[in-house]
Amino acid sequence: MNNATIKRFCIGLLAWFVAFVIFFPIFWMVITGFKTEVEAVSDPTLIFSPTVENYVEVQQRADYFKFAWNSVIVSFGSTLLALLIAIPSAYSMSFLPTKRTKGTLLWMLSTKMLPPVGVLVPIYLLFRDTGLLDTTLGLVIVYTLMNLPIVVWMLYTFFKDLPKDILEAGRMDGASTFQEVFHLLLPLTLPGIASTGLLSVILSWNEAFWSLNLTTSSAAPLTTYIASFSSPEGLFWAKLSAASTMAIAPILVFGWLTQKQMVRGLTFGAVK
Amino acid sequence: MTKPRAAGRTVGGLRPLMLQAPAVTLLLLWMVVPLGMTVWFSLQRYNLLMPGMTGFAGLENYEYLFTDPALWSAMGTTLLMVGWILVITVVGGTLLAVLFQQEFFGRGIARVLVISPFFVMPTVSALVWKNMMMHPANGVLAWLAQLFGMQPVDWFSSLPLTSIIMIVSWEWLPFALLILLTAMQSLDEDQVEAARMDGAGPLSIFFFITLPHLKRAISVVVMIEMIFLLTIFAEIFVTTSGGPGLATTNLAYLIYIQALLDFDVGMASAGGVVAIILANIVAIFLVRMVAKNLEE
Repeated sequence: MNNATIKRFCIGLLAWFVAFVIFFPIFWMVITGFKTEVEAVSDPTLIFSPTVENYVEVQQRADYFKFAWNSVIVSFGSTLLALLIAIPSAYSMSFLPTKRTKGTLLWMLSTKMLPPVGVLVPIYLLFRDTGLLDTTLGLVIVYTLMNLPIVVWMLYTFFKDLPKDILEAGRMDGASTFQEVFHLLLPLTLPGIASTGLLSVILSWNEAFWSLNLTTSSAAPLTTYIASFSSPEGLFWAKLSAASTMAIAPILVFGWLTQKQMVRGLTFGAVK
Repeated sequence: MTKPRAAGRTVGGLRPLMLQAPAVTLLLLWMVVPLGMTVWFSLQRYNLLMPGMTGFAGLENYEYLFTDPALWSAMGTTLLMVGWILVITVVGGTLLAVLFQQEFFGRGIARVLVISPFFVMPTVSALVWKNMMMHPANGVLAWLAQLFGMQPVDWFSSLPLTSIIMIVSWEWLPFALLILLTAMQSLDEDQVEAARMDGAGPLSIFFFITLPHLKRAISVVVMIEMIFLLTIFAEIFVTTSGGPGLATTNLAYLIYIQALLDFDVGMASAGGVVAIILANIVAIFLVRMVAKNLEE
């Protein structure tokens, strides 16, 4: 063993230690979901006989799938809607730029800095008066608007990177704008669109401010469901862990699969 | 870059305008309508518990708000939280990016593990930390403390703000790492090698080559984190509910208390206006930074 090998080994050890420490709370949560309530609150241990009773019980609380379904509806619904609105906008910004384009983009980003809490009261009252309070439609609307600036930005970044010659060639062959978008632009930037969509899904899935304030029971997504465990009477660690694991598993896998591409979109291409 | 591609496609700029209209209109409505209403409500006597008391209040709400020590405490808490979390995540993220850039066994898997907290919903991470990590009797941290013969810390009663900062930093450190790690990949290895040949130590390589290279990525991290950190809510809602006292009440939570627990729409709106002004001060400075990044 030479010095370089030893050094590499130590670096690896340190990195794995850090990774383990940071990942630990998630690991612990997943593990606890398979323990009994008694084991969950006793001294930390890795030795126990795993049980799925918590998952069964969480499922029996009939509600669980309703909350999960609400999460799916609002995050995918708002993402689809945001993409639908953002694609034409990003298309024109990247392929038909004007003097105003950059200003418009920055302005869009600045709406993202508007603190939601600053407009909570009017939105709450508007929703109350229009019957949107505690409806999935209401959340879809809010999440769409919440994510729209970021979705436009990311799509703009991905579209801009597309070699212009390709669309040019398509037009020479007589493609209409519609054909150009559907047969060239969308297929070619599909990975970018997908990662934009996934980030939007992740942000909506994890959003808690609006969901806690605008929903009570019928439209509540998983963020609200999990928050209900913070009340003292709901404090069953093993069940909480099981429910939490189910709440984050899909989005965690999404994140793992798309992390590389997400960085490019998130940093607006500023970081290569 | 701004060269129009085919003549006749941008007649009078009408087409781009049409394509952008849906997004721009919606965002404009989203900004102007609630904002206008917030400003309007903030000038009214409007308490849902006292339906009789209505009418123009002038600046009364603001007067109450600004003489209320809660506002200043909440502002201080907001800035402290954002400041500390930024420092922890940026410094920690930079160091970790250097570490995880090295070649080692199972690097891909280790990276995936370390960025995972970013994808966990805030309500879940808050609950897991509150109950399973920081619980004074049965938490893992208490167990560890006892293992080393120390007194377990009752995190949320004795160090409430620190606890929140720890939880939120845990969520955002992976994000900083993710961005900075990506930026590290474009670092010119030849330049590093050349510097090493010239006798530069690891520290001077870090400060004179790595850090300047990461400048842009760091500014992006700071910007995105600020957008989200100024409005931290779920972590406070789930763990401390702003307490004990006002120890962990930031602006977002203060307005929430006034609006939805005290039903004082007027006061809450005034608080909202203050939050918006604070965010805009930050935004002006941030947008300049991004604009500069875009120019390059």
